[in-house]
Formats: sequence, C-alpha cells, structure tokens
Amino acid sequence: MIPHLHVEGLTKTYGDTAALNDVSLAVAAHDYVVLLGPSGSGKTTLLSVIGGFTEPSAGRVTIAGRDVTSLGPAARPTTTVFQDYALFPHMSVEKNVGFGLKLRRVAMPERRRRVERALEMVGLAGFGRRGIHELSGGQRQRVALARALIVEPEILLLDEPLGALDLNLRRQMQDELLQLQKRTGRCFVHVTHDQEEAMALATIIVVMNKGRIEDAGPPQRVYARPATRFAAAFMGESAELAATVISATTVRTEFGDLPVPTTAAPGSDLTIIIRPENIRADSSGATPLGQARITEAIFQGAHYRVLATSESGQNFILRLPPSAAPAQGAVLTLSCQEADLVPV
Amino acid sequence: MKTRIAAYGYMALCYGFIFLPVGVLVLFSFQSGNLPVPPFNGPSLRWYEAAFSDDRLVSAFANSLLVGGFSSALSVLLGFLAAYGMARYDFPCKRLIEILIILPLAVSYLLVGMGLLVSASALGFGPSLVTVIIGHVVINMPLAFAICLAQLGEHQRKIEYAARDLGASTARILFSITAPMIAPALIAAFCLCFTLSWDEFLIAFLNTRFDVTLPVVIWSLLRGGLNPETNAAGAFIFLFSAGLILLVEVFLLRKRNA
Repeated sequence: MIPHLHVEGLTKTYGDTAALNDVSLAVAAHDYVVLLGPSGSGKTTLLSVIGGFTEPSAGRVTIAGRDVTSLGPAARPTTTVFQDYALFPHMSVEKNVGFGLKLRRVAMPERRRRVERALEMVGLAGFGRRGIHELSGGQRQRVALARALIVEPEILLLDEPLGALDLNLRRQMQDELLQLQKRTGRCFVHVTHDQEEAMALATIIVVMNKGRIEDAGPPQRVYARPATRFAAAFMGESAELAATVISATTVRTEFGDLPVPTTAAPGSDLTIIIRPENIRADSSGATPLGQARITEAIFQGAHYRVLATSESGQNFILRLPPSAAPAQGAVLTLSCQEADLVPV
Repeated sequence: MKTRIAAYGYMALCYGFIFLPVGVLVLFSFQSGNLPVPPFNGPSLRWYEAAFSDDRLVSAFANSLLVGGFSSALSVLLGFLAAYGMARYDFPCKRLIEILIILPLAVSYLLVGMGLLVSASALGFGPSLVTVIIGHVVINMPLAFAICLAQLGEHQRKIEYAARDLGASTARILFSITAPMIAPALIAAFCLCFTLSWDEFLIAFLNTRFDVTLPVVIWSLLRGGLNPETNAAGAFIFLFSAGLILLVEVFLLRKRNA
C-alpha cells in the first residue's frame, strides 16, 4: 500500500526546544486520524506542518504520492478547519463556502450548485444568505466544514474543532464528523487533547508527547495494549504493577511470577498495567492479585469507580456494578486474566 | 452642590473658550451688513451667495477636495500596506523601521513644506498641487499606519490563514479579506487624513502658486480686510470637517460596539 499521507523524520525546532522530534507516520486515504496529546505535545505543530503553515526544520511530507514539503498552504491538497473557525466575517454563508471555488475560477451556476450541495451536506440548507454573526457556534462549525470540504481536499485538517462547543453539541458533531468522513471518503486528520473524543472518532490514534509519537494505531489496540507508559496513562486509568523481567515469557511481581511475554532483557524493570474493567473483585481470574482494601468508591452512574490498596501499598483502580454497593474499608479479593497483563 | 455648580461653570468656560470663536464666525457669516462685527443684522445668506459665486473660492474648494481625496487615499493605502507588513512579517530592525514610519508625525509642517519646495525645484518642478499631495501624504501616512496597525490583530491572522489555505494569493487576501475586515478603521483613517489635509495651510501655501487650496485663499482674503464672505467660507469649511469627524466617530464607535 502506498500511504496517502506520509510524514518522514519531521523535526521542528524553535531555538533550543524541539516542537517535533523525528516524527514519522503513514496513513491510508480512508483513515480518520486523531492526533492526541497534552498541550505542548507537538500535535498542533504536526498539523500545521502537514497543512503547510509551518516549515519543518527537517523531514518530508508526502500527500497522495506527491512531495509537498516545499509547498505553501495554498498549493497543497489540504484544507483546514480552524479552532475558532476563522470564517470571513464580512461575507455571507454562501460566500464563505464558495470562496475556494471562486479562487479556482469555477463558473457561477456550477459554484452555486456546489455551495448548495455542500450546505445540504452539513445540514445548513437554506442558510446561504445569512451573515456569519447570525449563526450559533455549532452552525459556524458546519460552515467551516463546508468551506473546507467544498474544494475536495485530499486531506481535511481539523484543529481542535469541537473545543468551543458544549458537551451535547460536541457529541452530536462527533457523529456528524464521522458520517461526513465516511460519506466523503476523505482522510481526516483531527487534533484534540480529549481522549474520549479521540476514541469516538479515530480509526488511527496517534498519541503524542514532547514532540514525539508515543504510540499510533487503532484505538482498541492503543487502549488495550499501549506501547508506552505515557500512552497507557493518557488513554485512561489503570493499575500499575512494578515488575522485573525473569525470562522472555515471565516477569516477577509481588504477586508471584506472572506469564507476560516481553522482549526486554532479563533483569530489567518494567511496568505492568491492568485496565480497571479487567480487574475482577473475586478469584475467578487465572491470575490472583491478592487482597486490597477499598479506600474510595465513587458512584458514576453505570458503575462505581473503586480505589483500593493492598497491605503492601499496591494501588488498584477497578469498576464494580452499582449492585455491588462497595463500601469504604471493605476488603476485596482481586484477580485478572493473563491476557489483561500489559507490559509497558 | 457648590462644587457641582463650580464644575459645570468650569466646563461651560472651557467649551465657551473653544467654541465661542467658531460660534461667532458662523454667526457673522449670516451678517447682512458689510462687516463681520457687532451689531448683528440679519440673518441673511447674502455672503454665502457671494462666496459661492467667487471663482477663486470655488476653484480652491475643488482643489482642496482633489488634494484631500488623493492624499488621503494614498496615505491610507500606503499606511495599510506598511501596517500589514509590520503586523504579519518578521524582519531585522523591525522596531527601527516602525519608528521611521511614525517619525514624520513629529516633523514640523514648515520643514516638510520647505523641504518639498526645495526638492521639487531642484528636480525642476515648480510648485503645484502634486507637491502638496505628496506633502500631505508625508504628514498623514504615519497616522493611517498607526490606525491600521492597531486594528491588525491575531484574530484576523487566523482568518487570513484560512483564505491562504483555500488558495488565495497575498494580494487577494489583502484586498478581499483583510481590508474589508478592518474597513471601519480604513474609512476612519481616510476621514481623519482628509480633515487634516483640508485644514493644512503651511505646506499648501509654500508649494502652490496659482492653483491654491481653501486655507490659502482664505488667508489671502483675510489680508484684504475683514469681510463676512470669509466668514461664510470659513463656516462652510468648518461644517465640512465637523461632518467628517462625525463620520469617524460613527465608524470607530460602531466598531467598538460590535
């Protein structure tokens, strides 16, 4: 497969600090890529380099087989939906959406038809003559999407597009973004710091930290078997067990020798993570995790989020059904399955 | 209560001091007698009629419009472009260049006028309205520059990025995105430059001979003695400038409330 978007060895330095440090990534044409990371992780810089707004200090960007590294934003087959939408305030909705077509010298009747179709696609049919100031946040977001998609870019770049919306609207826009991506069949690259949003949208999650890619892959894999401790922590909570490698198949922990395949050298230390939903509050799992006392039980609607600590001081996070009504101070017997032990 | 009365009295005195001469000028432009001095007889539009049928005044009025229009348009265009470069690009000695652009504001009009006259004649051009236009651009462009620069913020930068992203050239962005976005400031800058050009005497006086502007004609009328016709012309000029300033206020205020 020739990747649709291919970045190789991208580095961007500002003085002494590296906003991007040797970043490489290859994604297919139908992918919904989410760049996920805390602020300052380099995700926005990466998006900006792909869009042509920031010139990399080193590295290459290839889109649909064409090296675009030296091209400016106007010459690239990408368009961007900006964080605060960056709509043209002095133009009507249809003028905003039709701007890219006008620059491409698309004749008026054709332009009008395509603008109408684009507005229909984002659910704003009939809004063409309105001014930007008459629109709500969600509607502006849709205009920005229509304006960027109408020129049929190879890649649509989205810079924290849902950041300014309230929770309900954000959920709704997530669904619409997914549908849009499927319907247009284009590659979307979306930047966010919200891990839930990333999982809801992505076919590929790219976890970034300090200018590097920590992990990249399908959300299920990145969540269940993260490549690094940072990726594990950023994707969600887990219990962390300290372990020492004994052999290629075994690690030693305070709960005995556990069957964990690893490529780390014998004698080296590593961390085993267990996601909360994989810890059982009984001995039904093949791997016993000893006993722990509940220090806190927080009701979260569908489940209790339970924090527990063993006598040796090992902390656990697990989920219990509301029917279990866990009480602070109660002692649980914990276990899990071998497959749920993930070395990072 | 007492301080309040004192405060209002003080205010009345201040405004009286500022506006009484203008008020008197306007009042005696409606004089029906031959001298713009008390007692006031009238009102009569006799002197307005005289002013509007005075060829010198009318052609000076046209010249002033011409100089004001051209010099203000040029000032705003150059100031806008300079401000855009200053706001959007990084280059060495940026601060120094900004100071150099602003500096003409501090140079006396007398120096600008004399300098222009000397330079123009050294280059073989006699005094003309073109020289006056150049002089007014010199004194007004820094003002237009400062007004535009204050309006070009980071918010518009994102919007300009969006336009570039969709394929727009820099020239296109400047004239179909940036300029319309700061249109109120551009119009305000134009009106201010126009008002200053409309009133400017020294540069216009030094650099014109036969085609003169309104302030120069009025000055020569005054040398011939007091005459309500001068009052009428002055009142007319005043109303014109006041109208422009009002426009500036409207545009700037509308911008602030938006």
